[in-house]
Amino acid sequence: MTTAPAEAGWRFRQPSVIPGFGVTLGFSLTYLTLIILIPLSGLVWHTASLGWADFWAIATDRRTISALKVSFGTALIGAAVNVVFGTLVAWVLVRYRFPGRRILDAMVDLPFALPTAVAGIALTTLYAPKGWIGSLLAPLGIKVAYTPLGIVIALIFVGLPFVVRTVQPIIEEIDREVEEAAATLGANRFQTISRVLLPGLTPAIVTGFALAFARGVGEYGSVIFIAGNLPYVSEIAPLLIVIRLEEFHYAAATGIATIMLALSFSMLLVINLIQSWSRKRYG
Amino acid sequence: MVDLSYTAAADTSPSRTVSATTEGRATRWALLALALVFLAVFLLVPLVLVFSEALKRGWGPYFETIADPDTLSAIRLTLLVAAIAVPLNLVFGVAAAWAIAKFEFKGKAFLTTLIDLPFSVSPVISGLVYVLLFGANSVLGPWLKSYGIEILFAVPGIVLATIFVTFPFVARELIPLMQEQGTGDEEAALSLGANGWQTFWYVTLPNIKWGLLYGVLLCNARAMGEFGAVSVVSGHIRGLTNTMPLHVEILYNEYNSVGAFAVASLLAGLALVTLALKTILEIRYGHAIAASRGH
Amino acid sequence: MEVRVANVRKEFDRFPALHDVSLDIKSGELIALLGPSGSGKTTLLRLIAGLEKPTRGKIYFGDEDASQRTIQERNVGFVFQHYALFRHMTVADNIGFGLKVRPGATRPPKAEIRRRASELLDLVQLSGLEKRYPAQLSGGQRQRVALARAMAIEPRVLLLDEPFGALDAQVRRELRRWLREIHDATGHTTIFVTHDQEEALELADRVVVMSQGRIEQVGTADEVYDTPNSPFVYGFIGDSSALPVKIEDGQIWIADRPIGLATPDAPDGKATLYFRPHDIELLDSCSGCIAGTVATSRRVAGTRRVELEIGGGRQVVEIELPIEHPAAQKSRIAFRPRRWKVFPAQDS
Repeated sequence: MTTAPAEAGWRFRQPSVIPGFGVTLGFSLTYLTLIILIPLSGLVWHTASLGWADFWAIATDRRTISALKVSFGTALIGAAVNVVFGTLVAWVLVRYRFPGRRILDAMVDLPFALPTAVAGIALTTLYAPKGWIGSLLAPLGIKVAYTPLGIVIALIFVGLPFVVRTVQPIIEEIDREVEEAAATLGANRFQTISRVLLPGLTPAIVTGFALAFARGVGEYGSVIFIAGNLPYVSEIAPLLIVIRLEEFHYAAATGIATIMLALSFSMLLVINLIQSWSRKRYG
Repeated sequence: MVDLSYTAAADTSPSRTVSATTEGRATRWALLALALVFLAVFLLVPLVLVFSEALKRGWGPYFETIADPDTLSAIRLTLLVAAIAVPLNLVFGVAAAWAIAKFEFKGKAFLTTLIDLPFSVSPVISGLVYVLLFGANSVLGPWLKSYGIEILFAVPGIVLATIFVTFPFVARELIPLMQEQGTGDEEAALSLGANGWQTFWYVTLPNIKWGLLYGVLLCNARAMGEFGAVSVVSGHIRGLTNTMPLHVEILYNEYNSVGAFAVASLLAGLALVTLALKTILEIRYGHAIAASRGH
Repeated sequence: MEVRVANVRKEFDRFPALHDVSLDIKSGELIALLGPSGSGKTTLLRLIAGLEKPTRGKIYFGDEDASQRTIQERNVGFVFQHYALFRHMTVADNIGFGLKVRPGATRPPKAEIRRRASELLDLVQLSGLEKRYPAQLSGGQRQRVALARAMAIEPRVLLLDEPFGALDAQVRRELRRWLREIHDATGHTTIFVTHDQEEALELADRVVVMSQGRIEQVGTADEVYDTPNSPFVYGFIGDSSALPVKIEDGQIWIADRPIGLATPDAPDGKATLYFRPHDIELLDSCSGCIAGTVATSRRVAGTRRVELEIGGGRQVVEIELPIEHPAAQKSRIAFRPRRWKVFPAQDS
């Protein structure tokens, strides 16, 4: 008699009475392929056709290396600052009641909504030597605009919501009983926060850090105005890609882009692994 | 003290927070002050500065910039690009969410990851991939050109780059929402004799409309504001391939600060409207919007 | 440690959760706070712990006014309904936490903390699980760890808030017996909150029955079960049947007939008669008894539960009969409660 091959072994999808699987998945895959996959694979293909020697020359070019260092370094510092202040802002928004809290909460998303070019010229004007904040810092000998410090400022702006929005829901979910338990066991408030609450928030903080960092590495619009774009000093990798493109040096642009992608993806991968490990352990 | 409609599950009785779960008064004020100063310096001051710079010389020069033909054509192009990119990504988002949330199939997690991919790619690289695909050195570019079709340094390139950058917004809003809602409603409708399209239209769509609107809102804000990707593919041709963000850059680089900030103030206004609508949606329809906030 | 609650009142946003509550707890006693939700039992426990501050009144630990002490200084062991274990710490670290956060001078050395933790794990019968994380434990095991953690700080009082509320019935019964054994072995003054009367009656030395922010009755299991002092306690603890009656000349009347129960001290007027459905004697003939016709009859475990219509069906009362009793539909049954109590009718 006939065996039912569909019942056993590998099956692409579980049976369902709901219609439309073929057409929606078909459309999604086609669209995804056309818009994302083909263009991205073009990048990979171009890099592959470079040849190892050419690629190595681009990768080890002094300007490439310093641009990557600037991009990753400033993104790292910006994300680190956001970890501290983003967590603080999330804590204050969740735990404290004050007039205007709702508006402030909404404002945290401003960097998501404000076009990066607008943020770029606003921050540059603000931190320029004659700007509102720049003129306050100038007498102290602190230069922000047109220095790597300016890049950090722009990346703090851009990355802030990533940390706040990943940490905030976790703070909202904190079980008050856990805090009370720590207090009944004799822990003072500082001990409760540092030993009980912060370790619980760490996975969310790490995620927020990773998101802010990834965004910072690739950020272009808000940075190029304030950076000064001095080669070897304050030139970021995305800008170097644009410069190489404008020189019609496609190979170099492609090479730098590939290195950037590879570095960001491996960082995200490592962070994802840490996350899933901690989820397994602490549940 | 103002307490605006806040409900946390753990917080049923307000006086539970006597001393065991709050910081001391001084610490509280210090932390609050620190957070407020930080937010003011990094968010509020830049926003105020945009409008203050735009109106530095009064309303006359402000309207002059906006009425300038180049500005108007930049506004038109921005609206056109958003009008193409947003609906396409909307249709994709709904289709992808339907396939992913309502069915179990192999490779689903991988597909979800692929959809998020554009978020982790630098905008400059998003533009670069289209330059490589349609540029003078590519196979496609010259071939299309021989038929008179310009992609790069023309409107189609700008649209493509914008679609790439805003690709995940609607889908990533709808997928968790529809997964949470499950398939019970649809199965009920089908058992009552509705066909697939009727089920979607009368049952699924009303369930996801606020989440959909939320996704469209964020998608639109990014589509109108995208700078890096569009900058790479546009060629910066005044009056032709200049979107509003690109026009801001051109004016700024020409030392026309008032002009740059005037156009920037329009975009900042858009951002504020987006934030306001987003907040209203979150307050009123929070339960009908997926928990994933951000981007 | 003796605990004395003196005239404590607690309001939440002007809404009183406790009205003028006083309670003396002897050293080494195991006390249950029993009541329905909203009765104020958890609030009372949290006040004793110092997790809440009383609006009025004082709480004494021995002779010391505990109201003056912060929660950290009170040194109470509190076990939460949902365990409240620290997820990112191992079982041993959870138990040792209270010792680790002590100020340098009184903090035991690390090895000592470790030793104490495994001692306590032995006591709660979880030896060998030191290195596990809470996520890897069952609900019952987590609650044992929570108790060990609370006992690690050598608390003056052990407070448990619905300690078995989140566990399934089988584990509940097991842990109940085990908690009693631990209490007898360690002798901590222990107060636990529960809404489960079986748990309270079985486990506690004395039961504090609470309702609507007030203490209704304090007594041993026998006292509160056999001699409830209010209609609420009668209704809340065990099964009870109630009948509206009239008191005249020290006699209890239903409609126009005396039922053979004398209550010389009660004032004349309307009242309610309470008794246990199983605590009755059946009578053959009725002169001075309660009589009614069988409305429904159900078999419940080892007995038969019968609803009797009394006085032409205006009142229904439930009694328990032996299985052998036929209790046929519409047949007439006469009985008299063995143990009973009348309370003056409430205004409502």
